Amino acid sequence: MNALTNKAKAVDRRPMTWLERIYLWNIAKGMAITLRHFFKKKATIKYPEEKRPFSPVFRGTQVLNRDEEGRERCTACGLCAVACPAEAITMEAAERKPGEEHLYREEKYAARYEINMLRCIFCGLCEEACPKDAIYLSETFAPANYQRKGFIYGKPELLIPDPKTQPEEYAKAKGQH
Amino acid sequence: MHLLAIDWMFLVEKLVLIVVIISVSLGVAMYSTWGERKVAAYMQDRIGPNRAGPLGLLQPLADGMKLFMKEEIFPASSNKFLFLLGPCLAMLTAMMTSAVIPWSSPLKVSGHDVPLQIADVNIGILYIFGVVSMGVYGIMMGGWASNNKFSLLAAIRGASQIISYELAMGLSLIALLMLTGSLSLKTIVEQQSHGLWNVLYQPLGFIIFFICALAECNRTPFDLSEAENELNFGYHQEYSSMKLGFYLFAEYVNMFISSAIMATLFFGGYNIPYVHIADPNVAAIVGGLALFAKTVFFIFVFMWIRWTIPRFRYDQLMRLGWNALIPLALLNMVITGAVILWLKK
Ligand code: SF4
Ligand code: SF4
Repeated sequence: MNALTNKAKAVDRRPMTWLERIYLWNIAKGMAITLRHFFKKKATIKYPEEKRPFSPVFRGTQVLNRDEEGRERCTACGLCAVACPAEAITMEAAERKPGEEHLYREEKYAARYEINMLRCIFCGLCEEACPKDAIYLSETFAPANYQRKGFIYGKPELLIPDPKTQPEEYAKAKGQH
Repeated sequence: MHLLAIDWMFLVEKLVLIVVIISVSLGVAMYSTWGERKVAAYMQDRIGPNRAGPLGLLQPLADGMKLFMKEEIFPASSNKFLFLLGPCLAMLTAMMTSAVIPWSSPLKVSGHDVPLQIADVNIGILYIFGVVSMGVYGIMMGGWASNNKFSLLAAIRGASQIISYELAMGLSLIALLMLTGSLSLKTIVEQQSHGLWNVLYQPLGFIIFFICALAECNRTPFDLSEAENELNFGYHQEYSSMKLGFYLFAEYVNMFISSAIMATLFFGGYNIPYVHIADPNVAAIVGGLALFAKTVFFIFVFMWIRWTIPRFRYDQLMRLGWNALIPLALLNMVITGAVILWLKK
């Protein structure tokens, strides 16, 4: 019979030699292996200090994006909420008042925008659904909290920092991509 | 009056020695827990404890603190007295053996020799065996008093294992005793200071002794009284907080003491080959450090074995003890006896 892969190994069924039967020699061999690992390079990443680089398609927690002038892009169309298979997104729309043009890009904006992170499965469909390039999955990936209600992210948590007033934080929140 | 004064001196000297030796063994045992985790981590390509203090060196303190703060639980139908006595006994027997080990050559304090050994009894080895065999009671009591069938089973297994390996251990030493002609550990060490280390004359005896020491300390691959995959968690399953800590700690103290005994009996104790220091105080300190280094090396080997070899099956363990080690020890005795006779002729 042909093997499907070249990974198969024939089982060695020869009776054990005397050296193998007294077992000590094989213990010594095993101990040599563990000792060699003692001096090997460690595979560990010391997490909070060192971070693993992510692939460009990594899907972390969402951010609500702003445009180059620092205006919120979201127009509260609700497409992301419809697209979301986990029904994690809720929002309330409001109308932009005169004088708020520097805050919101469109005439309608989200007065309340919430994502329930306990429901979200990080599928990225909200990102795909958004016609306004407003929602993105970022590279932050370890939300932690003591209470359930802390996992319902509102606009304060989601909205990316303003590129004009806080350029450094903005760059950080955007990540490398 | 004169006699009284000497007695006081003796008492103070011994008390200081006891306190120092106990604190050193506890300290080493404490840091063995850290060492064990580091060794395990390094052998598995990890880093191990590195959060509490530099290199995780405060980890034993953190562990201890955690154990103190855990809830004290007594099984409802257990015998409370025996339940508490078990871990104490395990700890006590582990500590008591340190009394006869010569930690170094005597110090000279104002023209007076202060031996760095709590008791230089001429039956040192017999004393060690006597005390070590008491360790079974700690395990049995823990298993019995928990009033849990699994704990009892584990305790019985542990007891039978320890007793069978003690036999082989004792037999493996007889050949050594035939060579040295003394049961006093101090004499055995001093004999090695002139010639070569005993391990060169008794390699087989050493291997048997080493394997038995592993089994005596309940270390992997002989940790069958724990055997968490068949017996939940062995004889100390019902133990919580510092009571469990005592059992686990006793294992490390045991490991330290048996490493020290091995270094003393087979590896020249506090001697360094071809090094003779004239000043007795310097010699004592260097000798003590030498013994300490040898002991730490053996502790490392214990850990190294633990993270290499999987646990034995129980019947294999018994077969190894009775069918392999005891006959080999007897053979070693016969050969040694024959060689001694032949040399005498
Ligand atoms: S990533 Fe998926 S589950 Fe999470 S909010 Fe977006 S659409 Fe919903
Ligand atoms: S994030 Fe995009 S899809 Fe969702 S409501 Fe805002 S504009 Fe619409």
